[in-house]
Amino acid sequence: MKRRDFLSSVGAVGTAGALSAPALLTTIGRATAQGNDIPVGLLFSLTGAVAVVESTLHDAALMAIEEINAAGGVHGRQLRPIIEDPASDPATYADRARRLMIRDKCVSVFGSYTSASRQAVLPVTEQRSNLYWYPTLYEGRECSRNVMYGGAVPNQQQDELIPWAIENFGPRFYMIGNNYVYPKEENNYCKTLLAKHGGEVVHEEYVPLGHSDFSSVINRIRAEEPDVIFATVVGDSDVAFARQYHAAELDPARMPVVSLTRSEVEVKAIGGEAAAGHFSSAPYFMGTQTPENERFVESYKSRYGADQVTHFVSEAAYFQVYQFKAALEKLDPANITPETIRDAAVGLTLTAPQGEVLIDENLHTHLWPKIGQWQSNGQAEVLLQSQERVAPLPYAAYEGQTCTGEGLVRA
Amino acid sequence: MDVILNQMFAGLSMASILLMIALGLAIIYGAMGVINLAHGEFVMLGAYAAWALQTYAGFSIIVALPFVFVAVGAVGWIIERVIVQRLYHRPLDTILATWGIGIILQQVVRLSVGAESRFVKGPELLSGNIEIGGLVMSNYRIFVIVFSLAVLAASWALMTRTEFGMKLRAVIQNRQISECYGIEAKHIYSVTFAYGAGLAGIAGALITPLFSTIPTMGTGLVVDAFLVVIVGGLGSLLGAASAAVLIGEATALFSMLFNDTLGRIAVLAGIIVLIRFRPRGLFPSNTRR
Repeated sequence: MKRRDFLSSVGAVGTAGALSAPALLTTIGRATAQGNDIPVGLLFSLTGAVAVVESTLHDAALMAIEEINAAGGVHGRQLRPIIEDPASDPATYADRARRLMIRDKCVSVFGSYTSASRQAVLPVTEQRSNLYWYPTLYEGRECSRNVMYGGAVPNQQQDELIPWAIENFGPRFYMIGNNYVYPKEENNYCKTLLAKHGGEVVHEEYVPLGHSDFSSVINRIRAEEPDVIFATVVGDSDVAFARQYHAAELDPARMPVVSLTRSEVEVKAIGGEAAAGHFSSAPYFMGTQTPENERFVESYKSRYGADQVTHFVSEAAYFQVYQFKAALEKLDPANITPETIRDAAVGLTLTAPQGEVLIDENLHTHLWPKIGQWQSNGQAEVLLQSQERVAPLPYAAYEGQTCTGEGLVRA
Repeated sequence: MDVILNQMFAGLSMASILLMIALGLAIIYGAMGVINLAHGEFVMLGAYAAWALQTYAGFSIIVALPFVFVAVGAVGWIIERVIVQRLYHRPLDTILATWGIGIILQQVVRLSVGAESRFVKGPELLSGNIEIGGLVMSNYRIFVIVFSLAVLAASWALMTRTEFGMKLRAVIQNRQISECYGIEAKHIYSVTFAYGAGLAGIAGALITPLFSTIPTMGTGLVVDAFLVVIVGGLGSLLGAASAAVLIGEATALFSMLFNDTLGRIAVLAGIIVLIRFRPRGLFPSNTRR
């Protein structure tokens, strides 16, 4: 190429670039689904510390997307999953969320297991006015207009559980949890319920995350002789706690552990024998008997292996994709943006594996709380199922604050 | 009173686990001056070896122990031969290299076995508790305490009562002169490293019924083991044993007085104070280097 030609071509590109710049500026950053498929982001860690649980959420969400696509997609358009691996690091979550929302123009992103990673994504999704679908149970006290909360908040896990536990075992509660925000908020709400139903806290303690020697805790439990061990211990700590509790021969019939966090995943590692007899409160157990759940468990196992388990978070990761699809179907195909999806999703009902769920105007989900007792085969037997669907109250422990369709309202 | 006795037993149990892990570290450091940051991963490999032997061969943990010792020892031997041996004159580089080896081992296990926690069944024979008045002692924890004492005695005998131990002590005192007398220092080092790794493997296998078996389990444990080695005095077996008991009992005591989180802080603060006044630990070895 001659120098003169080169200069003139650069000039041409420069002019074209300058002319198109305003057009670029108006469309950039507004995620709208145009073209032949609908881009959706999947932001679950496939590597790192929380990958153990989060990869199962990824699997469940991806399965739902592929099922929808196999059935013909939405409005004849396929969902195009764009997969990012944030590697269990909150800063990477924010970075990858930004990439999914800006570069890939996803109209929704599904992701996160821990509160820390959700809070890292929160400013990004709010700034881009995008929609983040979060499937995990969490501590409440959040009311974003850009997050769809699919898991239980404290009132949904505890309102039935606490009176039931007091009635069946007694009023003296021993609280044990890991030292971070979730257990503290759950215990906070539990205390208000105990005060209402005539229970008491004999001891409240928090161990560091990843703590693995519970002999002092077990000695204290032995000395205090509480009626109920109210546990919000998570992950590997819970596995170690359950195994040592069993090894110490503390009888679940006399001092049961009632957990908000123990699911099929933990029980598989604890071993059925050590987990048997204790309780969990959750909206979903793998053994839930509904036709939808049978189909869900069967296709999950046939896809990912017969020894795999489904649990209360992977179920939500699965049904949230279907909620997303149902919201899209209500929309004009030319007008698919995160805001229209959100507005279409409010009030939507869907038959999930746990039962019929409803999206509240505060973007949390109405769920069916259950109390399950673990059996030696590693499955939970559902002892008590809520008679009616329970509404989410993310600020239940904080009087005068309510999360509504307009965001947080302080009285 | 019962609470105190129970708590003392809990402390002893913690001490026995700490001692099992720290012993291999103390021997490798004492003999070779290598700070082995992959030690926690040897513990993890031992736990996974016990899991594999139980799942695929049906071995109970106690039957599996010698196999685990040999298997993890072999891994240690290979790593010493291939990498660590080339870095004896560059002590800072061994820290980096062993840390890297640790990460590699962790990821290899995560990729090949999977990241989820594995279930290992405790031995039937040792389930249950012994109760003396209000003191309740888990049989399995008693077994771990006795076993760790036996391993301590065996290591001591190996170091002081065998020809190998004599050669090892000679090499520790002066490598060059020992080589002049026909001792093959390289060979001694390889075997010592393998022995230390094997001990870590046994520790890993022993804690599987109590803890959660995951690829990252070694990282937290090795920190405690380093504390034991530093408090005890680098390279001293007696020091490691007494430091393990001290730290275990102190943790149990502070956990009882406050809670586990504050107990941990109190123990670490105590160690900082102790190191301020005894920088070489409780029982420093007086070898000239």
